[in-house]
Amino acid sequence: MSKIVLEHIDKYYGDNHVLKDINLTIEDGDFMTLLGPSGCGKTTTLRVISGLEKPQNGTMTIDGKMMIDAANAFYEEPSKRGLNLVFQSYALWPHMTVYQNIAFGLKIKKLSKKEIDQRVMDSLKMLRIDQYKDRYPNELSGGQQQRVAIARAIASSPKLLLLDEPLSNLDARLRIDMRVELKRLHKETGTTIVYVTHDQVEAMTMSTKVALFRAGEIAQVATPLEIYTNPVDMETADFVGSPRINMIEGKGVYDGTTLKVESELGNFEFEKDTLKLEEVIPEGKPFDVVLGIRPEVIQVYPKKPKEGDCFEATVYASQPAGSETIITLDKGDTQFLALQVDLRSYEMNQKVWVGMDPKRLNVFNKETQRLIRYAAANIREEADE
Amino acid sequence: MSKTKKVIQKGNPWIRFKNQLKDVLCNPFNLITLLAFIVLIAFVVVPLLSIAKESFILDATAARRAKAEEGSLGIYYWQYLMTGRMAKTMFWTPLVHSLTVSFFACLFAVPLGAILAWLMVRSDIPGKKIISFLIVMAYMMPSWCKAQAWLSIFRNMVGGMPGILYWMGWDVPDWVAYGPFAMVCVLALHYYAFTYIMLAGSLGTINSELEEMALIQGASKKTIIMKITMPLVMPAFLSATVMTFSKAIGGYSVASYLGTRVQYHTLSTRLHDQIASGMPGVGYAIAILMILFSAGLIFVNNKLIGSRKSYSTINGKGGRSVELRLGKWRIPVFLLVCLFLLIALVFPLLSLVIESLQVTPLRGLEPSNFTLFNWIGKEEESYALINWEPGILRNSKFLSGLWNTVKLGVLGAVISSFMGLIFGYISVRGRGKWYGHMIDQLVFIPYLIPAVAFSAVYVAMFITPKLGGLIPALYGTFALILLISVVKYFPYASKSGSATMMQISAELEEAASINGAGFFRRLGKIVIPLAKNGFMSGFLLTFISIAKEFDLISLVSNERNLTLSYLTFTYTSLNCYQLAACSSVVMIVLISVMYLLAKKVFNADISKSWS
Repeated sequence: MSKIVLEHIDKYYGDNHVLKDINLTIEDGDFMTLLGPSGCGKTTTLRVISGLEKPQNGTMTIDGKMMIDAANAFYEEPSKRGLNLVFQSYALWPHMTVYQNIAFGLKIKKLSKKEIDQRVMDSLKMLRIDQYKDRYPNELSGGQQQRVAIARAIASSPKLLLLDEPLSNLDARLRIDMRVELKRLHKETGTTIVYVTHDQVEAMTMSTKVALFRAGEIAQVATPLEIYTNPVDMETADFVGSPRINMIEGKGVYDGTTLKVESELGNFEFEKDTLKLEEVIPEGKPFDVVLGIRPEVIQVYPKKPKEGDCFEATVYASQPAGSETIITLDKGDTQFLALQVDLRSYEMNQKVWVGMDPKRLNVFNKETQRLIRYAAANIREEADE
Repeated sequence: MSKTKKVIQKGNPWIRFKNQLKDVLCNPFNLITLLAFIVLIAFVVVPLLSIAKESFILDATAARRAKAEEGSLGIYYWQYLMTGRMAKTMFWTPLVHSLTVSFFACLFAVPLGAILAWLMVRSDIPGKKIISFLIVMAYMMPSWCKAQAWLSIFRNMVGGMPGILYWMGWDVPDWVAYGPFAMVCVLALHYYAFTYIMLAGSLGTINSELEEMALIQGASKKTIIMKITMPLVMPAFLSATVMTFSKAIGGYSVASYLGTRVQYHTLSTRLHDQIASGMPGVGYAIAILMILFSAGLIFVNNKLIGSRKSYSTINGKGGRSVELRLGKWRIPVFLLVCLFLLIALVFPLLSLVIESLQVTPLRGLEPSNFTLFNWIGKEEESYALINWEPGILRNSKFLSGLWNTVKLGVLGAVISSFMGLIFGYISVRGRGKWYGHMIDQLVFIPYLIPAVAFSAVYVAMFITPKLGGLIPALYGTFALILLISVVKYFPYASKSGSATMMQISAELEEAASINGAGFFRRLGKIVIPLAKNGFMSGFLLTFISIAKEFDLISLVSNERNLTLSYLTFTYTSLNCYQLAACSSVVMIVLISVMYLLAKKVFNADISKSWS
């Protein structure tokens, strides 16, 4: 059970500034995902937390206890931080059996033989691999090795569990199984987890919080839903979500109470209370904006519906994928994507009617690239109730 | 990762310093790195400086001739060597001899090795496995055994006791039996395997898809070889050439067996003779020149080819290799290769075995001429005047030589493989850091130095007590022989140590460290168990190399510290050819057993770590 606070962490490799003033608070019991493309500093941050890397600047505390105080060149040893780490490569010791791999750390802690046995078997059972305890790592499949690596990490009952892209070496099906497994593990043990991944689906589905990394900096820290519905800037919006968000250029005018936006997909008015007022929103004169529209926000009707604002568009292509259908649409010179559940069939060049709920649109200031209008989430839940 | 100005905040300087100091001191890795540096500086850098210094300090003779005080500094040795009255005999002619012999040895060895490598890797010649095994095996045999075999076949009356050809009725002329021709033949038949090993490795990593692509584009077999395969192996080919040349020029044993008898001196024999029984200062000067020459060659090689070498490994991934059909030439080519192996490997070995069983080489293959006396004869039975020593298995001199060889090999290989693992560990874990780079550089130095010059360096260093008697004069002791062998094999041992360490990912250690394992526990429980096999194969290969050394130890061995290689040479110089043959045969058996062990049990791959 622990709360981790990172403040002003800087890490240089030679002259390369790989972590730039990282500030991050991980609350007790969080499942915090560090998300970002490769080379953005997320694994380095994880290694800084674990103690395998020493940052040049900044401090880190775990439960108020100083772990890193770079200004005084103080770095607590990894093993004294009460954490454990699952490596991307699993790092299972090939010359030890599954049992020995897991017992290794416990033996160093000088636990009694009985307790070691108890703990090893508990963690093996928790990950449902107790039948493999006498095998060597190279006699196990990738998924089983993964489970051993996790079992080894949790056997010492760490207060903090660090996972470095643990699923990236697994095939697609196993990955989904292991996601479930990890989520259950988090609930069962209550351990604080810091999880590194470049896969936004993993981040969305598993975490309680996501820290989005970009080029050595943290772009946004929020719940997965918040990051998805209100990404802090256009790059984040583009990175999160699949299929990707539609970015529609338009002209905006803000008169102090309402933001009016004109675009190829229609004209919209947004009230002041949905605007992000701390961002740059020029008043009185028109400025360039970008509408961020998630594909699932766009409704497609074969015939003109009776109510609601709609406009006509042409089907450019349609990709039925079983549970959902992705439709590429043309309106004038603008091309955009719509996502519909279930199988739908559209002909190429078919005329359709398109509508969307203005409450669920993001607006970005094109010049600053930042979000200036919040979208509302959970529309469907509200409608269902 | 943009480059921004590095700003580092510093807190209380005293606490900061204390923590930093604690960090450095409490990490045994730093301590071990420090020790490694001390070892390398003490045994590599200091001896080199020492020989440079000694080549300017005049001893009594030189001082008298140069009309200076004994022990004063002067360039007398250098003048003597380069411009003096003796310069031509001492330096310039031997230089020409060295260059000539090395050039011709290269001229034959490299193409021969290249053709064999191509046949073994790329063609569908039968019996590949056994042929390539035999070639590598042949390279494991020391070159002095081959010189010995040459003598046993070609010797004429100049050698005191003629060889087998003489008995068959051919009075072999001097120019065939001894001197440059013989040296070129023996060197070529030794070093072709070196080219073979390098090129086979390089050819093996070339993805045949590259060749197949050319085939699809419509290129003929000849065009493919000329335009695709050749350019790709060119770097390895050039490298093999330069290294063969450098090895041949630094070699001492073949020149001492075959050259000195007819006064055909090379740089290495001159160096040896000057240090053993002339003016050591002149020997040191020759050693320095040889070191510069050899280092220069390797440096140029690395500069020219270094970056292009990567060709052959870039496409290592595909790894699939399609054989080229030799068609109707398949069997004739195979027979030709067999004939070659017969001449280059079987005949020499056979001739040594035969000689070891002869009463006297004069009577050749006459049935009555065969005896086991050379092996098991008793001293009092030496009535037949075969020689005046008992058979080697009852011969205390031989047995102690054998024991010394095994002792030297085992101790030397254990120490240098162990050091190699440590150097490899530091170099792999310190990749990209200054200390890793430094260790790599320092450890590589002995590789640049020809063996006989290397021992000269150590003679210069240890012939007198150093540090006011703290380090005794080691000259003539077993300790010095051991030390030289260990340090000379640092580069090889650390290369295979690095290869071993490379396979142990840092994460395995990090995982242990997070679980609370300290440095020594990580070493003991993770690194060493995983490095075991690599260590064993490195150990056996180093054992072979050290045990067969003659170049390296001939300057520092003496009657008290006989090894097989030195004893064999002594027997040869005393014209006890049968005993020398026995001793060579024992050597070959020893090496073969070790090599088989390394290959079969520990999967040693000579082409990966040892060329």
